[in-house]
Amino acid sequence: MNGADKERRPAGELESGVLAVLWAMDGPLTPGQVQQALGGSLARTTVTTILTRLHDKGTVVRARSGRGYAYAPAQDAPGLTARRMHSELAKDEDHGAVLARFVSQLSDADERLLRSLLDDGPAGGGP
Amino acid sequence: MSLVWVPLLAPFLAVPAARRLADALAPRRAAALLVCVAVGLAGCAAAALALLVIPGASYLPWVAAAGELLTPLTDGPPAVTVGVSVAAAGLLGASAAAVTVRLLGHRADLRDARAQAGAVHGELAVVPDARPDAFALPGRPGRIVVTTAMLRALEPGERTALFAHERAHLRGRHHLLLAAVDLAARCHPALRGLRAPLGYALERIADEAAADAVGDRTLAARAVGRAALAGGPAPRPRTVLAATAGPVPRRVAALLGREMGARPAPRLRRAVAAGLLLCLVTTGAAELSAADTLHAHIEVAQGERP
Repeated sequence: MNGADKERRPAGELESGVLAVLWAMDGPLTPGQVQQALGGSLARTTVTTILTRLHDKGTVVRARSGRGYAYAPAQDAPGLTARRMHSELAKDEDHGAVLARFVSQLSDADERLLRSLLDDGPAGGGP
Repeated sequence: MSLVWVPLLAPFLAVPAARRLADALAPRRAAALLVCVAVGLAGCAAAALALLVIPGASYLPWVAAAGELLTPLTDGPPAVTVGVSVAAAGLLGASAAAVTVRLLGHRADLRDARAQAGAVHGELAVVPDARPDAFALPGRPGRIVVTTAMLRALEPGERTALFAHERAHLRGRHHLLLAAVDLAARCHPALRGLRAPLGYALERIADEAAADAVGDRTLAARAVGRAALAGGPAPRPRTVLAATAGPVPRRVAALLGREMGARPAPRLRRAVAAGLLLCLVTTGAAELSAADTLHAHIEVAQGERP
């Protein structure tokens, strides 16, 4: 298989990437569309294998589309569970003690500073 | 007995020094420093309170009997000794209660979250929600909780960076470090000032792991920046000093290799490090000395020494 480095990543990590694409997009996707959305970092056969595995677990649902299947995230019990978990965790500020959030909220000044940082790109002489 | 007050006052000096030093250190070292300082000083403060309780407690007949004391322990007016002892016992009890409540709270939070996450197959728990949010949910196995809004706000490469960031939190068991410092802060109020710098150091560790995983620092910086911008500005501006940048711009700048604000000069850094070390050594020495003095007083009260 090509892209040897990506292929060697644990199966769980690949599943997360594929599942994230399905959730980020509107409507069901074919393995080819998923592969494209991932930027071609995985072989199409790998994407198909991962989608089949996710389907076996009940994490995604699929419907016939042409000669193959189109996949969409399962919006049923696991989704509801996750939603309930999120509302449980989000309501209590003190959860911050053990749950590290990816990003905290920005002040107006922070937002301006952040936009200028991202627009300027990396420093020329940076590490 | 006056040395026993040193461990109770030391955090007020050590915490600002540790914060300044952590700013100048690499994230891993900063996190290790902050956790060690917080846990060490909390232990010393609790031990100092215990040393203050004992002399007053020796006025209680059953304590005196248990310790085979012929006279109460004191080198000051009995009213002061007993008063200090009662106050110290109150503080010690309050700290112990706060730590216990917090510990049970942490355990309950994680247990609930784990029980509910059990239904999710795989490491990723996606939450249909219009607010962009993502966090690592510790456990065995740990999970990454992310909202659909967050997934939609990021490009595929940025999502890979986000997942790598959360995996670094889970792999490093960062929640244990956060919990340790959170519990230490219940033992001495000055130690609360170490929680935010530890949180920042742990985010920086995870950011660096994400940059390594995607092999592109700019991509990792963009993931952090765009995720924060997707959330929009805070509904009410946070009351931080306007001159200091918040944690997110500082993380992005660090990934992009930009300096934000002047780094302290190496000489100043060494001075702060030396001051902190002196403060910690003094605390430990004062603690031992106070314990030794108390031991001597006990021997006198037991009639073993003239």
